[in-house]
Amino acid sequence: MPLRADMMADLCRIAPELILCVFGILLVALEPFVPSSSKRALGWLAFSGSLVAIASLWIVARHPGPAYGGLIQVDNFSLFFHGIILGSVAVVILGSINYLCEERLQRGEYYALVLFAAAGMGVLAGAGELITSFLGLEMSSISTYILAAFRRDARKSNESALKYFILGSFATAFFLYGIAMTYGATGTTRFTGIAQALSISGPTLLAVLGLGMMLVGLGFKVVIAPFQIYAPDVYEGAPTPVTALLASAPKVAAFALMLRIFYVAFGPVQHIWFWAIWISAVLTMCAGNFAALLQTNVKRMLAYSSIAHAGYILVAFAASTELGIAAVLFYLAAYALMKIGAFTVITHVGGRGERHLELSDYAGLAKKQPAIAACFTLFLLSLLGLPATGGFMGKFYAFQAGLDSRIIWLVVIAALNSIVGAYYYLRVILTMYFREPAGESGPDAGLGSEIEWMPQPVAASIWVVLIIAALGTLYLGIFPSRVMEFALRSAASLR
Amino acid sequence: MNGAGALDQVFFYFFAALAVIGIVGVVTRRNVIHSAIFLITALLATAGIFLQLQAEFLFAVQIILYVVGIMVLFIFAIMLVHQDVSLKQLRYSRQKWVAGVLGVILVAEFWFALDKGGSLFHPGAPISGGLQPNTEQVGQALFGGYMLPFEIASVLLLVAMVGAVVMAKRRI
Repeated sequence: MPLRADMMADLCRIAPELILCVFGILLVALEPFVPSSSKRALGWLAFSGSLVAIASLWIVARHPGPAYGGLIQVDNFSLFFHGIILGSVAVVILGSINYLCEERLQRGEYYALVLFAAAGMGVLAGAGELITSFLGLEMSSISTYILAAFRRDARKSNESALKYFILGSFATAFFLYGIAMTYGATGTTRFTGIAQALSISGPTLLAVLGLGMMLVGLGFKVVIAPFQIYAPDVYEGAPTPVTALLASAPKVAAFALMLRIFYVAFGPVQHIWFWAIWISAVLTMCAGNFAALLQTNVKRMLAYSSIAHAGYILVAFAASTELGIAAVLFYLAAYALMKIGAFTVITHVGGRGERHLELSDYAGLAKKQPAIAACFTLFLLSLLGLPATGGFMGKFYAFQAGLDSRIIWLVVIAALNSIVGAYYYLRVILTMYFREPAGESGPDAGLGSEIEWMPQPVAASIWVVLIIAALGTLYLGIFPSRVMEFALRSAASLR
Repeated sequence: MNGAGALDQVFFYFFAALAVIGIVGVVTRRNVIHSAIFLITALLATAGIFLQLQAEFLFAVQIILYVVGIMVLFIFAIMLVHQDVSLKQLRYSRQKWVAGVLGVILVAEFWFALDKGGSLFHPGAPISGGLQPNTEQVGQALFGGYMLPFEIASVLLLVAMVGAVVMAKRRI
């Protein structure tokens, strides 16, 4: 049967996912034939796969509209999210290659799972219907469960993966239950259909229950309070490049789905979910920031910081205007860049076996490797929200959207929380620049002082990742208008 | 119609009683294998009820998936662990009262849902005149409108398989 034009167009609309799946399968199939000395090549194959997927976005952009009868929606919104997700995944793959060599984990399956996860997230970004989005969510989740456990010999990695798996499945069950209830209330699983049914019937009890259930499931995936308890353990135990992935792409994709469900499908009942988001934003910001104050492990501290950032994103989410949606999109782009950058520094400093994750290991880093310290400083300042960084512009737009929508108290709480955040970000910077390595006062001073620990020389691929992340962060901070314009157009296409 | 209705009721009560007996057997038997056999009985009886409701697709899925697939897995798992240990263990330990209270709450909940649920939740109207032959419809939906999710599910299974191998293989 020849391919008809409309089928061809549908295939073009899911081109990135197709490419990612093909490369994933190729990696698994090639794995046994590649000698263990040149497994690194598989990493480069995966990287090129993600680049091809990014390139295919141009094909996708030329075929806007619904695909497969509305199951997938191609618009500016999905393109924006595809850009963030695929970019993050490409950079994370690049950052993993060296790490896997050192940990002797260089395996094709690792890269294949990253690509499959990316395909799942791509489905999430474009889904126009609940069943499809559920499958995309599961695909990205299951891949990341396994990736979190990839350091099989490390007890912490196993523990974190098991926690992630059990709680994640639980959250998925909630999400599925929510889908069933929504279907029961509205008779459809399509977002536009749900919106139509709700605008006729008003908020029925069953539909609101369904939305609540879906909020539980999605809240787990985007790591907002009160569903954030698992995140620090998982982020700390997972291999650091996987943590970089977990903190960026899946969260971004889950936010895409959350935006579509809340704004498109449940747009007519906005007044009901507004307060849920409001309360969750406050809880998330406070839980993340105040717990981060107490951490001495830098990896764990950044895990708490990413919880806090989800809270700031919720401030823009609660604004319920087009500017608010655009602010969420912009914030997610800036957030993904700086988080990947920061975790890549941690990957590098952690060294073989991830032994150097404590704050004291960062003492004197500015003298040992000034460039790495400078990059880390940039990412931390961006996370803190200093002007001329992407993090600042993200917060700026988010707070502006909040003020425009008159949710002033929420913005005030968010601003206060940013000040709290300054303490723990600046502490790391001060440690890097002003504390002598192997501090005399530390409890493990005796161990460290004998042989002064030096981080390994920086691998070329790590450099590339850091430079991309640093330039991106600066670009978003200094020239935000182009990205923000695109974010505004994406937000407009959502409504 | 009357005679057919009466026969329907006879079949329903037969299958329902079989399912209840099976489930009671599952929780009361001390031998795990016996429990598993009782579970098969209960699942088959449920399949019978599905058939009687003219949901023949569900009937087939119930038998293929639960009775054949999952139960075989159960029995394999039981055979692999040490059975003699579980035989010696006390079946009902401390949770007796908690379980009792929870059971009562559950029954109350069912009663409430059956009594009030219709007016509270506004479920859709039941389809008049029974279900259409639904195996074909499920197939058409799966390979027609919902082709894409179906394919995504197949990739999902591949991911799960790769993951299982990565996790379980002795040496990677």
